[in-house]
Amino acid sequence: MNSTRKKLYKSIAIHTFLIIGAFIMVFPFIWMVLTAFKTVTESTSMNPFVFFPSEWRWENFATVLEQNNFIRLYYNTLAMMFWRVVCGVMFSAMAAFAFARLTFPGRDFFFGLVLFQMMVPVQIFIIPQYLMVDALGMRNTIFALVFPGLVSAFGTFLLRQFFMQLPKELEEAAILDGANIGQIFLHIMLPLVRSGLIALGIFTALFAFKDLMWPLIINSEPNSAVLASALARIQGAYSIHYPQLMAAAVLAIWPMLAVYLVFQRKFIEGISTSGGKL
Amino acid sequence: MFNYSISKRKPTKRQVNEWFWGWFFIAPTIVGLIILNLIPIIQTMYLSFFRTGAFGRGNVFIGFDNYVRLFNDAQVWRATANTLLYTGLVIPISISISLVIAVLLNEKIFARTTYRTIYFIPMIAAPAAVTMVWKWLYNREFGLLNYLMDWLGLGRVDWINNPNVALISIVIIGIWSIIGYNVVLMLAGLQEIPKDYYEASVIDGAGPVSKFFHITIPLLSPTLFFITVTTIIQSMQVFDFIYMMIDVASPAYDNTVSLVYLFYNNSFKYGERGYGSAIVMLLLAIIMIITVLQMKAQKKWVNYR
Repeated sequence: MNSTRKKLYKSIAIHTFLIIGAFIMVFPFIWMVLTAFKTVTESTSMNPFVFFPSEWRWENFATVLEQNNFIRLYYNTLAMMFWRVVCGVMFSAMAAFAFARLTFPGRDFFFGLVLFQMMVPVQIFIIPQYLMVDALGMRNTIFALVFPGLVSAFGTFLLRQFFMQLPKELEEAAILDGANIGQIFLHIMLPLVRSGLIALGIFTALFAFKDLMWPLIINSEPNSAVLASALARIQGAYSIHYPQLMAAAVLAIWPMLAVYLVFQRKFIEGISTSGGKL
Repeated sequence: MFNYSISKRKPTKRQVNEWFWGWFFIAPTIVGLIILNLIPIIQTMYLSFFRTGAFGRGNVFIGFDNYVRLFNDAQVWRATANTLLYTGLVIPISISISLVIAVLLNEKIFARTTYRTIYFIPMIAAPAAVTMVWKWLYNREFGLLNYLMDWLGLGRVDWINNPNVALISIVIIGIWSIIGYNVVLMLAGLQEIPKDYYEASVIDGAGPVSKFFHITIPLLSPTLFFITVTTIIQSMQVFDFIYMMIDVASPAYDNTVSLVYLFYNNSFKYGERGYGSAIVMLLLAIIMIITVLQMKAQKKWVNYR
């Protein structure tokens, strides 16, 4: 009896702690949404303090949508994420397969090159990458946004770990059946590292979505910006109208948040497998 | 793919075939990495010896002048100190909090996956959006935090513009946004610890605290090491939170500017790419030193089974 009561207290204490933590994690988002529906007066009234908006007004969203081409921003952001995921995952999978399963001259040297680039802070690439895109006359394009993410040293390293775990007999059997290396890669190996491909895809998409500095530098025109860099500009423009700023922030994060809540298991698996694999 | 005997014999047709497939498969990534990363590293190094020419004039070679300027520039030292302080606060605090949460969530408790989902949410949101709402919470006149401070009778704090407080405000955002990532990785690591270790220790009379320090920490040490190395590298590159929160004109700028923010301002705001390159070389050197030290220290505390 005494021990069950002790257990109950313990469980109450743990949940209280975890609920407070969870509340701190989500509160800024709740506050963002609540403020987005308020008038300026409501948002700044401290005495008496207004927690909920008196009614759910969409005006702030309407204003922000009217003054900023969000359709364009969604499109740019999505296009950047899409092409970075496609190119990053495809090229990384190819290279990772070769590094993990094939023998060829220069393999260790080239893999060393990949490893070396994982240890360098990305800012070191930015000025030359900017100069290259500028020289091509490609600033303010989708290509410019995708450019630094065309290939991925991190992705190559990550997927190599997945390929290395597969048993050797797989290829030997396929060779006996007369398959060539390209076919083995496409039909046998790729399906077996699916979880790795998904993990890398999620990782790449998430980091592309969150990237601020590169889009800020390379696509400085409002119509070629992405959500993150547009927020920086919007903050400068409406610096004190917090309800409108919060409406813009809500518009910028809800698609990713919705995708996360639907596929949260995949996200978390993706992050934890990639962490465990490195 | 096959077990070839190592010999100097002429390679077989099959081997040569495999070579070509290998080169074909790595070609896009290697060519891409050379163009996108390797040449830029060399170019940045090279640029750091030049003064960027204004108005279309060419760059002027100035030898080590950018580095001399760097060492005499009080702002660079402050930025280095700010970056190190930010990292030195965010990493230990976030790892400690995450560890407690992960250990609690590793038990069979009610709604554990829901908790995990919630703790991870800050990781999903773009730092630009996140900083905007924190800035609003921190607002001096109308922010919720100062309302709470008033209510608690603690007095208002100028979270954003007070030079002594601003970095702490940014550290709080940094910790808040990274906890979920740490928790997810730690939970994956904790799940690998065999349950019999704990059962055996209970028989030996170990309490929860002793279990934590004698089983959990040592067996989780590879995960902890991975998290420490990667999150330190990330924190050393902090930019988004500071860029969104602290304007160059803010009185707290000098006490919050990070090396990357300084790099950004010099390279893309003031058009001094040569000096910006020197700053990023300094960052590279610091990160390399920290990473090498960690690799050395690893032998002392990380247990690989």
